[in-house]
Amino acid sequence: MKQFNYVITDEVGLHARPAGLLVKQAKGAGAKITLSCNGKSADATKLMAIMSMGVKKGMEVQVSVEGDNEDAVAAEMEEFFKANL
Amino acid sequence: MEVFKGKAIFSGIAIGPVSFYAKDQMQVKRQRIEDADAEINRYEAAKATAMEQLGELYEKAVKEVGESGAQIFEVHQMMLEDDDYNESVYSIIKTQMVNAEYAVATTGDNFSEMFAAMEDEYFRARAADMKDISERILSVLTGGGQAKISDEPSIIVADDLAPSETVQFDKSKLLGFVTRHGSSNSHTAILARTMNIPALIQIDIQESWNGKMAIIDGFTGDFYIDPTDAVMEVYQAKKTEQEERRKLLATQKGKPTVTKSGKAVKLFANIGSVSDLASVLENDAGGIGLFRSEFLYLQSDTYPTEEEQFKAYKMVAETMAGKKVIIRTLDIGADKQVDYFNLDKEENPAMGLRALRICLTRPEIFKTQLRALLRASAYGNIAIMYPMVTSVEEVHRIKEIVAEVKAELDAASIKYADVEQGVMIETPAAVIISDLLAKEVDFFSIGTNDLTQYTLAIDRQNPNLDEFYNEKHEAVLRMIEMVVDNAHKEGIWAGICGELGANMSLTERFMAMGVDELSVSPTFILPIRQIIRDYDGPTK
Repeated sequence: MKQFNYVITDEVGLHARPAGLLVKQAKGAGAKITLSCNGKSADATKLMAIMSMGVKKGMEVQVSVEGDNEDAVAAEMEEFFKANL
Repeated sequence: MEVFKGKAIFSGIAIGPVSFYAKDQMQVKRQRIEDADAEINRYEAAKATAMEQLGELYEKAVKEVGESGAQIFEVHQMMLEDDDYNESVYSIIKTQMVNAEYAVATTGDNFSEMFAAMEDEYFRARAADMKDISERILSVLTGGGQAKISDEPSIIVADDLAPSETVQFDKSKLLGFVTRHGSSNSHTAILARTMNIPALIQIDIQESWNGKMAIIDGFTGDFYIDPTDAVMEVYQAKKTEQEERRKLLATQKGKPTVTKSGKAVKLFANIGSVSDLASVLENDAGGIGLFRSEFLYLQSDTYPTEEEQFKAYKMVAETMAGKKVIIRTLDIGADKQVDYFNLDKEENPAMGLRALRICLTRPEIFKTQLRALLRASAYGNIAIMYPMVTSVEEVHRIKEIVAEVKAELDAASIKYADVEQGVMIETPAAVIISDLLAKEVDFFSIGTNDLTQYTLAIDRQNPNLDEFYNEKHEAVLRMIEMVVDNAHKEGIWAGICGELGANMSLTERFMAMGVDELSVSPTFILPIRQIIRDYDGPTK
């Protein structure tokens, strides 16, 4: 398993649109990606679940990736967070 | 006459009959079914149609309100594809052997309640999205059409409006809208603002208003039902004035800002945060002449990181798509205090440790901002402007620091553009040595607010001094002319980004002085463009 942490800088937090883009990417990643924040966690392929975590600006999200290609997927995910959130 | 008070989300006046908009109350009945797979297929087919409708709405919204306003429909598509939502519908159909309508309505209610219970306002507002997407599928399933509004132009009064409803209304028949629910943060509110529709929310609406005459005052939040003749007259006059202004200004959109004698003037916008961009584009600014980077510092509890700053600058540069974006480095101090800077309390903060002086005494803060600015410059047409300059030595020190930052970026093979760098002229010292400063920089931007207070020795925060304060003081006007002349001698341009630049009684005089750029609040762009285009006097 591969993990990294990211502090959200987007003004509105992990809101609908980036969450939707995240889901799209996670669905095609071929690995299991889990987000955790604030004592809650959600499968990265599930939009409502991610949004119901209520992640705001300044909160730290832990992202864990499990799968054969976890190194590459984790790197992609980190890129995604930096670019969109 | 009755008057109600609501919250205005778009300033404007609307006068017309009320059209009460009631959604087809889709009575969803729970019905037993025999074939769960067939029911799931019905759901899937309805969902596919809903996805298509959302795609069309997206296209329509892009044309009418632009990409950012249209994104909501893309988000709705993403929501309809959510696994949890779909599994909930399947599971209700299969385990309870009930119709798709019931399963969708129940799922929509459940998700909507989940969001409504959340703490944060943004996420709470998503409850409306859940209802909207569920109702869309339901209306496909039941073959229900759109709710009808009056064929006459009218003020729509509704419990709540979904973004899709707001966009679907025929704009020529939509004078304004008034709703009981909704927040100024909702997508519908954002759409109303982008579409320039006067709108009030949080008004206790009544169905009996249907057909009655009404007035929306989007400036005060007042909503009049059955206005008296006197009130009507006042508002008719206000509305006519507003319409004439709008019509006149619309003729200025897309036109070049050139005087009759052929001098092209840069007519730019001042902005204080990323959220002002919509207004910049709407008013057709030629670029951004002053982007106050302080907002990044003021809204934060600690120093904004390079990454945070980079994102904001990059976004503005990309949105302006190649048009000039002049970003002013941090101007903290004086009337803008930030706790985490831990600045000593000063007797006279306007003349204290502020702006560039902080940057030069704490180069690590300055360098973080410069790195972010230079990195972002690779994504658009960024220029950097330094505030509160009083000497040539300061400019030399800035240049040394910029050179260090560039060397660091080079070493890390990070790309940046060859940015223009200019200084603000806002101290009498800078005016007097503007001939020397002009040899060092690419442009000047005159900050008239500070320049006036320093020149007249009048504190602009002190109301007791109003009788002595003359914003059009000849001393300041002569200083502007001197700065412009000195700029032109060295072949650089000079503009005004202070409030005086938007003073329309001076626009012609500025043209005569040879001012090359005016940077003003977005709403002033079009009226000033008109004055410049009509100007046929001499220029320099």
